[in-house]
Amino acid sequence: MSKFDLVVIGGGPGGYVAAIRASQLGMKVALVEREHLGGICLNWGCIPTKALLRSAEVFHNLKNAAAYGLSCENPSFDLDAIVKRSRGVATQLSGGIGHLMKKNKVTVFDGAAKLLGGGKLAVTDAKGAVSEITGSDIILATGARARELPHLKADGKQVWTYKHALQPDCVPGKLLVIGSGAIGIEFASFFNELGSDVTVVEMMDRVLPVEDEEISKAAGRSFKKQGMKLKTSASVTKIVTGGKQVVATIEAKGKAVEETFDRVILAIGITGNIENIGLEAAGVKSDRGHIVTDEWGQTSAKGIWAIGDVAGAPWLAHKASHEGVVTVEKIKGIKGLHPVDKKNIPGCTYCRPQVASVGMTEQAAKDAGHDVRTGKFPFTANGKAIALGETEGFVKTVFDKKTGEMLGAHMIGAEVTEMIQGYVIARGMETTEAELMHTVFPHPTLSEMMHEAVLDAYDQVIHA
Amino acid sequence: MAIEIFMPALSPTMEKGTLAKWLVAEGDEVTSGDIICEIETDKATMEVESIDEGIVAKLLVADGADDVPVGTLIAILAEEGEDVAEVSVPSAVPAAAKEATAVVAEAAPAPVAAAPVLSPAPVANTSSDRVKASPLAKRMAEQGGLNLSTLTGSGPHGRIVKADVEAALAAPQVSAPAAAPAVTGDNSFRDEKLSNMRKTIARRLTESKQNVPHFYLTIECRLDRLMSVRKEVNEGLADSGQKVSVNDFIIKAAGLALKKVPEANAQFHGDIIRYFDRADISMAVAIEGGLITPVIRGACTKSLTAIASDAKTLAGKAREGKLMPEEYTNGTFSISNLGMFGIKEFSAVINPPEGAILAVGAGTKQPVVADDGSLSVGIVMSCTLSCDHRVIDGSVGAEFLKAFKGFLENPLTMLV
Repeated sequence: MSKFDLVVIGGGPGGYVAAIRASQLGMKVALVEREHLGGICLNWGCIPTKALLRSAEVFHNLKNAAAYGLSCENPSFDLDAIVKRSRGVATQLSGGIGHLMKKNKVTVFDGAAKLLGGGKLAVTDAKGAVSEITGSDIILATGARARELPHLKADGKQVWTYKHALQPDCVPGKLLVIGSGAIGIEFASFFNELGSDVTVVEMMDRVLPVEDEEISKAAGRSFKKQGMKLKTSASVTKIVTGGKQVVATIEAKGKAVEETFDRVILAIGITGNIENIGLEAAGVKSDRGHIVTDEWGQTSAKGIWAIGDVAGAPWLAHKASHEGVVTVEKIKGIKGLHPVDKKNIPGCTYCRPQVASVGMTEQAAKDAGHDVRTGKFPFTANGKAIALGETEGFVKTVFDKKTGEMLGAHMIGAEVTEMIQGYVIARGMETTEAELMHTVFPHPTLSEMMHEAVLDAYDQVIHA
Repeated sequence: MAIEIFMPALSPTMEKGTLAKWLVAEGDEVTSGDIICEIETDKATMEVESIDEGIVAKLLVADGADDVPVGTLIAILAEEGEDVAEVSVPSAVPAAAKEATAVVAEAAPAPVAAAPVLSPAPVANTSSDRVKASPLAKRMAEQGGLNLSTLTGSGPHGRIVKADVEAALAAPQVSAPAAAPAVTGDNSFRDEKLSNMRKTIARRLTESKQNVPHFYLTIECRLDRLMSVRKEVNEGLADSGQKVSVNDFIIKAAGLALKKVPEANAQFHGDIIRYFDRADISMAVAIEGGLITPVIRGACTKSLTAIASDAKTLAGKAREGKLMPEEYTNGTFSISNLGMFGIKEFSAVINPPEGAILAVGAGTKQPVVADDGSLSVGIVMSCTLSCDHRVIDGSVGAEFLKAFKGFLENPLTMLV
């Protein structure tokens, strides 16, 4: 039986980062992965969807070539080639993780792990062979999967989850996307760009409901302009498959309407992978599909920790990775640690236009009792945005009127996902408006809008 | 390149010190080994040697500057060929970030730059330091009327962050004390700034009294025989010019008693008790402005004359403020003797992490009732042992005192 200082279950962005950090700290580490290194993020999530969306973006630009003084007659696409590129990107990166494991002397077990209690684990490989290993500490980083409901189940043919939608057999003529969070909207955006007639159904009163209201409104307007149909405050109560088309019952304002679609994508949230990993045997408590932990990732069982999606919201790769590092450092007993500050985790959605945000929305800040100052600056007034031909969107800031603390920042428009980190650093360093106002932003860049949005909150905006 | 000289860490626990006196002036030439300044730490005054050669370009800390944190840039030397006037002071010197290796104390043990400088533990700010705080924390403190220098930062490198200010603002305010009853007439007083030594005494002894559960055992010892043995010993030593004091006998007796009752030679360290093989006895020496406890190493095995010679040398160095850190740290047991002031009996405060301290009173002539009821006059000395009850129980303390008394009352057993 092999003994390790740390056994990590799950090779996604939470697990493999935790394993590398532990190795850096001199621990003897094992990583158990049942499918492929890199987890959902790298194989079936963040990365392959970005590859698809890049194809959609380039296609969009080709269609708009004339606007840039270029000619491109009847641009077209090859769906198989687009998907092949996306899978190739995932395969390349997964291989890279294997390298990192080797370089960091992490022992990788290909198989499914199950806790046996007392630091013991059984690892069952693809052929059914079982080996036993032990870890002084164990980190559960098993991730999550698409949520399904009794009346909304994926069949992989007509009804897809993200995993099926990543390797589509066709560009659906009529597509129904259920759920308008980041996953639903990204697929809606992709297929809409390739020509599908897309309908998005959202239970809340607006799309991208976790974002600031103004962002949701602007995004909704843009999606509609691109031809999407958005049904908010609505729900799909029934889908009937098996026929040539899917018949979906969409209920809104007490009225039920039946509509037919070629394909349906379920994006109604995710649920933690807590089954068949021996939680009961080890005394690890879970609640509504997720493992219960304290702020350091400690579960109800001593020596067993949980990070990332399986430990609860927000379900983001970068949150998982950071939790992995903090939990390993906690296990190692490093002094002066701080738990992950969940109020300062940025969120990015790669639809067109992109959306990025951090901190509180204006409404949340007001609900929390803050007297706020807000600033806003539009892409239409930014030189670089005009030069790029990307004049859709704006940057919004929310400050506490009394202390000048930046409570939140919300952006919609081209490349905002690459810019949000500036505000994340500012918030992490606890700057006030004064430091942001005195920062010199390079010209000409889109980032100048971040400066102007701060100035605007204090009535000092220059270019608007 | 100009040579930067930083405030050295002269003992493992030193966090800051007073730059007592510069012994060089700007423009002076120094060579390796020259003494450039005197630094007063929490324990002693030490001379600092230059290990580099050059011309003193800038002295950045004034004579008498208090609480200079270890690692602060204190002086700059211009190297040979460098124009003194050209040497500039770096604008931002990350205090504490640099190890103070530029200067070493005279004959100090090798690792002078010790861990405390780099420790990530929360660092209390003092008013003379640059206060490390986030912009938001600064503004919130200002708005809340809070003095940032009174806070302890929980952020990276002790930085004061929003949460610290919020916690401080939320903490219950200490209500102002009721007005003192009016007194007739003014009374004049004098405020004297605490020396580093006084600060250390205040801190350590408060900690001791607050954290160490003390209990006290008192015993009386007859010194008649010891006095006559001492007389003989000193007569024998007359030619060598050496003398053995009663205190030297007491140190020896305590050392032997610790050897005999090793359970009393112990320290409390959280989840372990540390038992020592050797008795290293700290002796309290009164010096100007406070006291210090130089250590007689191996008091259990050293000869009386060796103890006498050690005690004399160390006490002399202590009074001159010249003790090196290794000469006053890591004792296992303390003795405080106030007999020479005529104090009959007292109890002392334990010097942590040591487990016990013996308070020695004056040997005085007293009526003594013998076992047969006859009355005579004897020299009697009262000793009180303060014990840390976490490591030493009553019976162990009593056994130690019994052994100690046995050696003192039968001094020849100490000599064989």
